[in-house]
Amino acid sequence: MRSITIVGASLAGLSAARALRALSYDGRIVVVGDEKHEPYDRPPLSKDFLTGKATTADLTLSTEDDEKLDLDWRLGATAVWLDPGRRAVGLDSGEELISDGVVLATGARARTLRGSAVVDVHTLRSLDDALALRADLQAGGPVVVIGAGFIGAEVASSARALGLDVTVVEARPTPLEEPLGQEMGAQVAALHTDHGTRLITGVGVVGLVGGSRVRAVRLADGRELPAATVVVGIGATPNVEWLAGSGLELGPGVRTDAWCTTTIPGVVAVGDCASSYNRFAGEVVRLEHWTNAVQQPEIAAAALLGERSPTRPAAPYFWSDQYGVRLQFAGHRRAGDVVEVVDGDVDARSFTAVYRRGERPVAVLSVNQPKLFGRLRRQLAVPESEVVG
Amino acid sequence: MIPVCAIGDLPVGESVRVEAEGAPIAVFNADGVFYAIDDTCTHQDTSLADGWLEGCLVECPLHASCFDLRTGHPTGPPAKIPVRTHEVVIDNGYVYVCVSVADVA
Repeated sequence: MRSITIVGASLAGLSAARALRALSYDGRIVVVGDEKHEPYDRPPLSKDFLTGKATTADLTLSTEDDEKLDLDWRLGATAVWLDPGRRAVGLDSGEELISDGVVLATGARARTLRGSAVVDVHTLRSLDDALALRADLQAGGPVVVIGAGFIGAEVASSARALGLDVTVVEARPTPLEEPLGQEMGAQVAALHTDHGTRLITGVGVVGLVGGSRVRAVRLADGRELPAATVVVGIGATPNVEWLAGSGLELGPGVRTDAWCTTTIPGVVAVGDCASSYNRFAGEVVRLEHWTNAVQQPEIAAAALLGERSPTRPAAPYFWSDQYGVRLQFAGHRRAGDVVEVVDGDVDARSFTAVYRRGERPVAVLSVNQPKLFGRLRRQLAVPESEVVG
Repeated sequence: MIPVCAIGDLPVGESVRVEAEGAPIAVFNADGVFYAIDDTCTHQDTSLADGWLEGCLVECPLHASCFDLRTGHPTGPPAKIPVRTHEVVIDNGYVYVCVSVADVA
């Protein structure tokens, strides 16, 4: 293998470059990124960056050691097609990059409200999104956040920290039910009301009121919530449309096995854009977690170079910071798993809960208990006999 | 010197955070040897005393950057900047930390 193209210049793309070099690959690496920015860290965008505690410089992902990676950058360039036969990637500039290996790391983009004619509604995914939102938040509230998932909750928390009036609207009866289950979702969502954020659940948004500037959010029950700034946090869509016609199996992300390999030899997919068989979960999952965007590229780089990383299946992990409270979750929850608080006090917002499937612990959630979490996270393991892939 | 705790109160594998002028300090018992480093991860605000200790490395509880307790240096991304190390003094069964005034190495 003498040339590799990495499509995507965020955490997963950079991690792939680092992993390839760590495995002594010394051929050419071209990194394509559709943003003009050098790789930056996204988690602070909804937290310290919004409140002004972190600067753009704080977000930089590259380290001094990365200068030795010898990468050939194409920033501000969008990949528009993949020719699997030649492993050629076409860019919107007209350039064609032909290589022996291709790493797909194109990430995901924020979902938007369908049919919205009001122009100044925010989503939060990129640095430019965060800059625009930060400017509007500095102009004052009220703020309405549509969607009580992690991004929505963190934006609400940051807006409250700025002293703004905040309402969060969630169409489902319980926020975070999908990742955390109903019981823990409700507990975590209580952080909103603890900190003076209004939380409206079980009511959909039917429209936005305003012209070029939004004035209010209209709910299905007829209520209108006044809003100077509206943020939509209703999930993300993998950036894989450009791969239609390439022969890759898509839906929703690029389908891969546990080693990140696709149906096309020499083409691997990692991070938010990949739907991969996960050996811990025992099923195909598309993870939008920071840690996954570091771990998968290591596996994929080894696979591209003809090696199979011998690692045991790692439990998926994510964290969220809201209202000064740290949530950490590891593992994979399914409907029917039974959750039990094993330490701390739910009402004091400091506790750890373990999810069990039968006898076996399959996931752990900690709220402000990082030390215990670190220990329990390591105890999550799939019995060797049940590891598939 | 900052008093930390009696030796017996910090068993092998355990850590404790102490307040110091400027920044909190994390003190570890790594297999019987005591080490002290700045408690706050240089990557993003989190307490290394809450991290996972393995040998002479502590793993940040948030992003898994490991810091070498002997040198303060991170072993890899996402942390880029080392933490300060501080001298640990054992006197009469009690653990003390001499806060380093120097900048990070």
